[in-house]
Amino acid sequence: MIALIRGTGHRVNNGLQRLGFAARFFVMILIYSGQSFRRIHLTIREIYFAGFQSLLIILVSGLFIGMVLGMQGYETLQRYGSSEALGVLVALSLTRELGPVVAALLFASRAGSSITAEIGLMKATEQLTAMDMMAVNPIARVVAPRFWGGVISMPLLAALFSAIGVFGGYLVGVVLIGVDEGAFWSQMQGSVDFRFDIWNGVVKSFVFGVAVSLIAVFEGYDAVPTAEGVSSSIKRTVVYSALAILALDFVLTSFMFRGL
Amino acid sequence: MPAESLVNITDINFAYDDRAILKGITMAIPRGELIAIMGNSGCGKTTLLRLIGGQLKPTSGKLLVDGQSVPDMDHSELYAMRRRMGMLFQFGALFTDISVFDNVAYLMREHTDLPEEMIRDMVMMKLNAVGLRGAHDLMPSELSGGMARRVALARAIALDPMLIMYDEPFAGLDPISMGVIGQLIRKLNDALGATTLLVTHDVQEAMQIVDYVYFVSDGQIVAQGTPDEIRASSDPFVHQFVFGEADGPVHFHYPALPFDQELMREGASG
Repeated sequence: MIALIRGTGHRVNNGLQRLGFAARFFVMILIYSGQSFRRIHLTIREIYFAGFQSLLIILVSGLFIGMVLGMQGYETLQRYGSSEALGVLVALSLTRELGPVVAALLFASRAGSSITAEIGLMKATEQLTAMDMMAVNPIARVVAPRFWGGVISMPLLAALFSAIGVFGGYLVGVVLIGVDEGAFWSQMQGSVDFRFDIWNGVVKSFVFGVAVSLIAVFEGYDAVPTAEGVSSSIKRTVVYSALAILALDFVLTSFMFRGL
Repeated sequence: MPAESLVNITDINFAYDDRAILKGITMAIPRGELIAIMGNSGCGKTTLLRLIGGQLKPTSGKLLVDGQSVPDMDHSELYAMRRRMGMLFQFGALFTDISVFDNVAYLMREHTDLPEEMIRDMVMMKLNAVGLRGAHDLMPSELSGGMARRVALARAIALDPMLIMYDEPFAGLDPISMGVIGQLIRKLNDALGATTLLVTHDVQEAMQIVDYVYFVSDGQIVAQGTPDEIRASSDPFVHQFVFGEADGPVHFHYPALPFDQELMREGASG
């Protein structure tokens, strides 16, 4: 029993210490971001690796999710004789929720895990220590560009996810099932509000981008420098990112759509 | 030892939590000389290098590099000092995502505003010094262990440092590569007018190139002298270390129960 209490206390203590270290780490990234932005090509390179190279999985997933939404949405709406509202349903589902959330989950699995692996392996092979010994700050040179690369890529990927998803919904609803094309687009235009729906989606994906990128770089930097340690860090990046995205989504949605 | 030393260490102690690693180490590294710190694995050699580089702070004691106290330096002073140091890590620690050329050019691009043409010439000179000018286009994954160590050596001397530190430069190398690296360390020290600190447990290789040797065991200096003095020493630790004997002052066995008692223990597992 005492061992159980001691073990629990130890885990809580460790968790709080890591949280504190992560907060300090975040502040350090912000402090050294200026130094990092002076070499903007480093951040652009990371946007290419984290963002551009995630395009395939984001676009293909967005297309399929849009197509499924089109099918499911049509099946439900036509029961109530309002299948013309399919465009609204697809667009609102994607811009408000599915776009930011699913894109962030995919981003965490595809780019977040690779960022953690890269930084963790750099640590395990003493590259970060070597950099520090060469008077080159690893946070400014390695961590901050990857963090900002993720933060900048995330809203762009979510927007593309939503856009291709709407196209998927159009393909199934209009081209395959035969919903009226004019009603599909005009109802969508009439009901989707830029600030309330699209902008809030962008804000969500930006917050998810900060959370996922921070978790990814922190887990890499804090990895135990062994093969097993790096592997555990990658696993934690994916799990913590997924939990953070879903929890933050609930909090953000509560704030954004309060009073409805 | 000459009075004019680049590194002065006086009564340094260092501990991880309550586990003492270094216990009252005092040594002086004279300018222009090649000094070896030898000892068995885990005796605190690498910790000593990290203290000199300012990556760790001693629990107590004085540590001066070029007259400045390293433990009292702030971040910018520490980085200013490290720009005048070169360090070769145990397994090279080359940046794996960039080529051999870019690895050597890394410090020049980070710390100087030199034009790219001049950087190219300087990189080629450094690579030529380690015999790898022809390998400048290769990636670190395409290099053998010895070649990677030589590239790391070229990177360590990229900005002509005042102090070069080598952490186990001979580890895992074949005899030919070992000899090549050893000779390079000596030649580079003399050609650059630098001071060199070599941490190793490879006695035979190191004794051929160094000016002075410190033997460290269990966090303390147990013997010191020139290579000739060391060879002639009757100190039991030095004798055990130089001749690679399994038992002596450094025990082969990790502390344990007597073997017969261990075998008689009932229900003991692992």
